[in-house]
Amino acid sequence: MTFKKTLLASVIGAALAATALPATVSAETLRIGYAADPETLDIHEQLSGGMLRFSHLAFDPLVRWTQDFQFEPRLATGWEQLDDTTVRIRLREGVSFHSGNPFTAADVVWTIERLKESPDYRAIFEPIAGAEAVNEHTVDITTDGPYPLLLNLATYIFPMDREYYNGTTDNGQDKAEIVKAGNSFASRNVSGTGPFIVTERRQGVRVEMERFADYWDNDSEGNVSRIVLTPIAENAARVSALLSGGVDFIDAVPPNDLERVRQAQGIDLVEIPGTRIIGFQLNEERVEAFADPRVRQAVAYAINQEGIADRLMRGFASPAAQFSPPGYSGHNPELTPRYDLERAQALMEEAGYADGFSIDMIAPNNRYVNDAQIAQAVANMLARININANLRTMPLAQYWPEYDERTSDMAMIGWHSDTEDSANFFQYLSACFDAETGAGQYNYGGYCNEALDTLVARADGETDLEARNAMLREAEAMLHEDAGFIMLHWQNLAYGAREGVEIAPVVNATDFPYLGDLVIQRD
Amino acid sequence: MIAFLTKRLMHALMVMFIISVIAFAIQDNLGDPIQQMVGQSVPESEREALREQFGLNDPFHVQYLRFAGNALTGDFGTSYFYREPALEVIARHLPATLELVFGATLLIVLLSVPIGVYSAIKPRSPISRFFMGASIIGISIPVFLTAILLIQVFSIGVTVTLFPQGTAWGSWLNAALSTSGGMPSFGRGHDLVHVFGHWETNLASLDGLKHLVLPSVALASIMLPLFIRLIRAEMMEVLQSEYVKFARAKGIGVRRIYFIHALKNTMLPVITVGGVQIGTMVAYTILTETVFQWPGMGLMFLDAINRADIPLIVAYLMIVGVIFVVTNTLVDLIYGLVNPTVKLTGKPA
Repeated sequence: MTFKKTLLASVIGAALAATALPATVSAETLRIGYAADPETLDIHEQLSGGMLRFSHLAFDPLVRWTQDFQFEPRLATGWEQLDDTTVRIRLREGVSFHSGNPFTAADVVWTIERLKESPDYRAIFEPIAGAEAVNEHTVDITTDGPYPLLLNLATYIFPMDREYYNGTTDNGQDKAEIVKAGNSFASRNVSGTGPFIVTERRQGVRVEMERFADYWDNDSEGNVSRIVLTPIAENAARVSALLSGGVDFIDAVPPNDLERVRQAQGIDLVEIPGTRIIGFQLNEERVEAFADPRVRQAVAYAINQEGIADRLMRGFASPAAQFSPPGYSGHNPELTPRYDLERAQALMEEAGYADGFSIDMIAPNNRYVNDAQIAQAVANMLARININANLRTMPLAQYWPEYDERTSDMAMIGWHSDTEDSANFFQYLSACFDAETGAGQYNYGGYCNEALDTLVARADGETDLEARNAMLREAEAMLHEDAGFIMLHWQNLAYGAREGVEIAPVVNATDFPYLGDLVIQRD
Repeated sequence: MIAFLTKRLMHALMVMFIISVIAFAIQDNLGDPIQQMVGQSVPESEREALREQFGLNDPFHVQYLRFAGNALTGDFGTSYFYREPALEVIARHLPATLELVFGATLLIVLLSVPIGVYSAIKPRSPISRFFMGASIIGISIPVFLTAILLIQVFSIGVTVTLFPQGTAWGSWLNAALSTSGGMPSFGRGHDLVHVFGHWETNLASLDGLKHLVLPSVALASIMLPLFIRLIRAEMMEVLQSEYVKFARAKGIGVRRIYFIHALKNTMLPVITVGGVQIGTMVAYTILTETVFQWPGMGLMFLDAINRADIPLIVAYLMIVGVIFVVTNTLVDLIYGLVNPTVKLTGKPA
């Protein structure tokens, strides 16, 4: 009860403060040039960066990540572990949806049930057994077993307006139905609690939003009253749009234009370390030599990650020696890049491959920053240990079908952990492949280390976070020793904005800018 | 005339049929559309279910017959990305492209005819030499680069500090060569005027016209040099011909000879080439629209390829096939009007 009282007091306090400070009322339009626009308005139809960015505009999550990977309460105001498998979440009061419906625990329960039906989300929400409303503003979430990452998942729970999506449309469609690439009610209509309401949308051309007048977060200093988002996929065109003053804010500034944007008058460049690991996988099933850990280590030693990050990426990447970027639970500070050509050649000789061999190598050419050039550089570096790599690069749409066939000897991949947690990398990229459970779905090479898998599985059932982090750090060390994944770097993120558009405080490593809190200074 | 048009209609249908078969045959190489629809961590079982749902697992002939059956009823499939019928999507993007092509064509006609004619009449004048030189450069610069240069100069602006700022002539030259930019560099703008149906026009407002300028210039830059040289060459040839010499001998005024007698005959081959080139221009819009984020068919098509949006790709290719047939038919009709000795049905005159 005391909790509720303090909450109520703070809400009232915030409301009073907001009325006392007319500065936050100034109206500003933000013109955005993102590389992509949201695919749909149904946030459960597709799990993609564009959709999650949109979710943070039209909706609010229960909790969200801060810049240093802490949880910040949003629609959840507090949480406690009731027992091994139950977490009680207290919800914010006085919040309403765009439709005017009040936000309650029933909406959260409904949203979690819908997530468990979404083809894109149900695998991630597998550990959650169910949710139950205790009262209007309290909800209990239960998991199948002890699960340490419930709050990580809560960053994906953007409560939807249950009443609004209830019932059927005029032609008998269920309003709540999730239809992939279809024309469903939810893909065209939206009601969330977020800071912005969609006012106009033309797919692939423009999305316009206006600030929600009854938005609950009165503490936010954000003063953007209108958003016009134009998707500009072409890098050069996006940068030109910013430099010519056509837009105020762009994402994904390409490395070749970083200097230009940095030097430009009246434009700010904000660069932050990202969390997407870029690397290569060696196909042990096709190349016998790659089953020998010494050969894998030789490959790891032969690649000059710092050279790639410095010269090819022009500093737009942080060289990596493990999956987990700094800030992640399993980041092991002892692991550092290990370029050493002589050591690599010695290892090849020791393994009996001094004369080397030839391999096929594939990489996408429009997925990751400078992907094809990186692959070319790696192929050249491998030539120095007499591995003759025959590189083929292809566009994204053709790359993944090719990747899934696993008919090449070495393949490039980039991975971002959906849970912003270290275990996810291991589960998808290095776990022994198992078609039944879906483990190692992106383990291209058939690398398999059961001791490592057991350790990661144990970590995922450990709710003592300190102990869990130690296990994950050990897992990183094991993988490093075994060279089960050839690490290159974490790709940075770069945004450009007109001076006065203060994006630095609202961007974060997840690449979902919190534009509700964005402040635009008046010139 | 009716026989001619019927024949062309048959051509169009045949072109659409062949394109659709080819497009279907290569669709496996265009990529996996499911990959674009789901998150990276979505398990294979979910993907398989979606593949089944969209009928992507059926053999080629089953998929093609299903498509052809629907196409006969006017249904060309539903775009995976736009979640709308493919024809609807194309209809929405078509006006933007047509206006862009119109703008570029207008520039080409207005510039190439006077420049071409002038440099044919006065081949040795410095102005002619300048235009001939410039057209060589223009032909060899790819449209992508032209577009980026235009954006840099007219949208972003350039500051020239090459000459000594302290001297009067230096600062004057610097100022003269610097530009302040300000032209819109992307999109069609917000000030579009709705005409009817899906047609919203850029041509009816100042802001709309401003947005149209740079993309039109970039698109025109590919064809303009070609037309200048073509008109010049044809005109020079015509000026050597017997009837022009005879007209001169008769004492007809030079203006009348140049602009009535010679120009008319010059334009015959130009119209043929022009018709074909306008069709090609529709293809070049892909590059121009990409750089200027012009929301027309070209940009839509490139996005569709990147997303493996197969229904939209197939429909687009078929529509472009039809556009080619239609422009060629129009060219033939115009040709018949300009040159009455040509019979459309192909029988000897």
